[in-house]
Amino acid sequence: MMAATTPAALTRPELVCPAGTPAALKSAVDAGADCVYVGFRDETNARNFPGLNFSRKELGEGIAYAHSRGAKVLVAINTFPRAGQPQLWHQAVDDAARLKADAAILADIGLIDYAARTHPELRLHLSVQAAASNPDAIRFYAERFGIKRVVLPRVLTVQEIAAINARIAPVETEVFVFGGLCVMAEGRCALSSYATGQSPNMNGVCSPAGEVRYTETPQGITSELGGFTINKFTPNEPAGYPTLCKGRFIADDKASYLFEEPTSLNTLTILPDLIKAGVTAFKIEGRQRGRAYVAAVVQAFRQGIDAVMAGRPLPEIDLDRITEGGKQTTGAYEKAWR
Amino acid sequence: MNKAKLSLGPVLFNWKPETLRDFYFRMADEADLDTVHVGEVVCSKRTPFLEPFIPEIIERLTAAGKDVVLSSLALIMTDRELNAARELAGAADILVEANDISVAALMAGRPFVAGPLLNIYNEGTLATLEAMGAMRVCLPAELSADAIASLTAAAKVEIEVQAFGRLPLAISARCYAARARNLTKDGCQYVCADDPDGMAVETLDEVPFLAVNGTQTMSYHHMDLLGDVTNLAARGVGRFRLWPQTFDMAGVARLFRAVLDRKMAAPEAEAALARLCPGAEFANGYIHGRPGHLFVEPEFIE
Repeated sequence: MMAATTPAALTRPELVCPAGTPAALKSAVDAGADCVYVGFRDETNARNFPGLNFSRKELGEGIAYAHSRGAKVLVAINTFPRAGQPQLWHQAVDDAARLKADAAILADIGLIDYAARTHPELRLHLSVQAAASNPDAIRFYAERFGIKRVVLPRVLTVQEIAAINARIAPVETEVFVFGGLCVMAEGRCALSSYATGQSPNMNGVCSPAGEVRYTETPQGITSELGGFTINKFTPNEPAGYPTLCKGRFIADDKASYLFEEPTSLNTLTILPDLIKAGVTAFKIEGRQRGRAYVAAVVQAFRQGIDAVMAGRPLPEIDLDRITEGGKQTTGAYEKAWR
Repeated sequence: MNKAKLSLGPVLFNWKPETLRDFYFRMADEADLDTVHVGEVVCSKRTPFLEPFIPEIIERLTAAGKDVVLSSLALIMTDRELNAARELAGAADILVEANDISVAALMAGRPFVAGPLLNIYNEGTLATLEAMGAMRVCLPAELSADAIASLTAAAKVEIEVQAFGRLPLAISARCYAARARNLTKDGCQYVCADDPDGMAVETLDEVPFLAVNGTQTMSYHHMDLLGDVTNLAARGVGRFRLWPQTFDMAGVARLFRAVLDRKMAAPEAEAALARLCPGAEFANGYIHGRPGHLFVEPEFIE
């Protein structure tokens, strides 16, 4: 798989790691993250979960810690500002700039416009929530607002990613390599609000915990979201979290995981292909996950990237214990997934 | 007197080309619509079958006095799709609706319609799209009446709101119509054509929930804003979109027009709509700031 390209021809990708708390930020940096991405403790980011995220003071301290060890901090402000009430989002951009974040990760066109006009020195990345899925879309954000890097939606194959990279230079791309997996084009899905009234775009949450209910019956456990049954488990099965698109539904007269099974993205086996595709940064999903997860995944991908760059075979690393339902997929990166 | 206009959205489903043509001919001849959208939004694999019929559909609609808009694909990934978008944007004599930001970028500097599948949630984004040339903006389904009113107050251009039919809720690279039949998108055998109103998706308790239209996931419930349109029009919404279903769409349009013109009371129109759409369940929750699947009894302005 690797033999055709010499390591010298490849560019070493940055490893971009999640941190939901200051402790996770330190773990990620210590484990070898090149960048850590974080969010403020409010609706301005797409992991607006209770007990998670950073105050302004914590972000300032986190940035100091990361910078002292040669790592960068990216601030995700990637929900869509509420009509008539953009202040919370503008303040988040202002504070990211003031605290000298290495970049802000934005999704909303109006907010990107605000950031580009108000803080020309602030580096801007386009969030996956903007779902820029082709070179023309990417060039639009780059030419109009000076976006430097695009996080690609998880709808593209490795081949399509390589073709995009060949046409958008000097704009960089970042792709997800591990963790939770949206099966819809990100930022273009209102399933959560259809069931619960709260969505990733408007509220920074998908399938929110406050709308989840588990009911125990003699037949096992039923999981519900917003009053809709998302799955049923036999007494021996572990009852997973009812993420809407990972549920079991009836269509065409049969019950199945119609959209996707409970599974995690894991690209360790295709890392060489992603590096050859010219991707600048590899992103690990999971700001809501604990320090142990962050440390384990960062270490695994650190080893994987370093091996590819040194021309060594990929190390075999078992991440089963931290994947959803113990299942793994390479998702849309391989065409057969579609 | 209300001046709000009615648009018929593009047919989102995979109808046989002849069926599609006959549908549009009927809309041209019978339906009281200001504007009719044409074009494939969901899956580029369907496009080659439809393309030969588009010119005569446009001609018939135009001859009947309808404004015609060509709607773009919602998710553009491949070179083939991007080239088709460029061709669409190059069409000199017809208004284009952008449903992917790349199409809006291709149209920049010329008038276009910003479609409901772009993420236009606030005044800042609205202003950017207006500056690019959007002459009308159809808002995303999730927005509440208060958010919509905030946007109409700021808008320089006409604001359109989705008012009838199954709501497009999500788009994916994966085809769920194919997956439900153990096929992949590449070898899909065009099974989405089996469900001209979408494939119903129920919970394990057999509660209707969603509908699948190929790579698109839709609401099971049909959006029904008959009881809300007068309020929304009073708050500045200039146009309402009806999504085509296999129901009598000319009849559906007639009801919306009658309510907007105050010739029929909303409750009476609701009852008539239920008769036109046998078996359909209705929802308007988003407009009331609630989960989208709910139906909230509107308070009527008289």
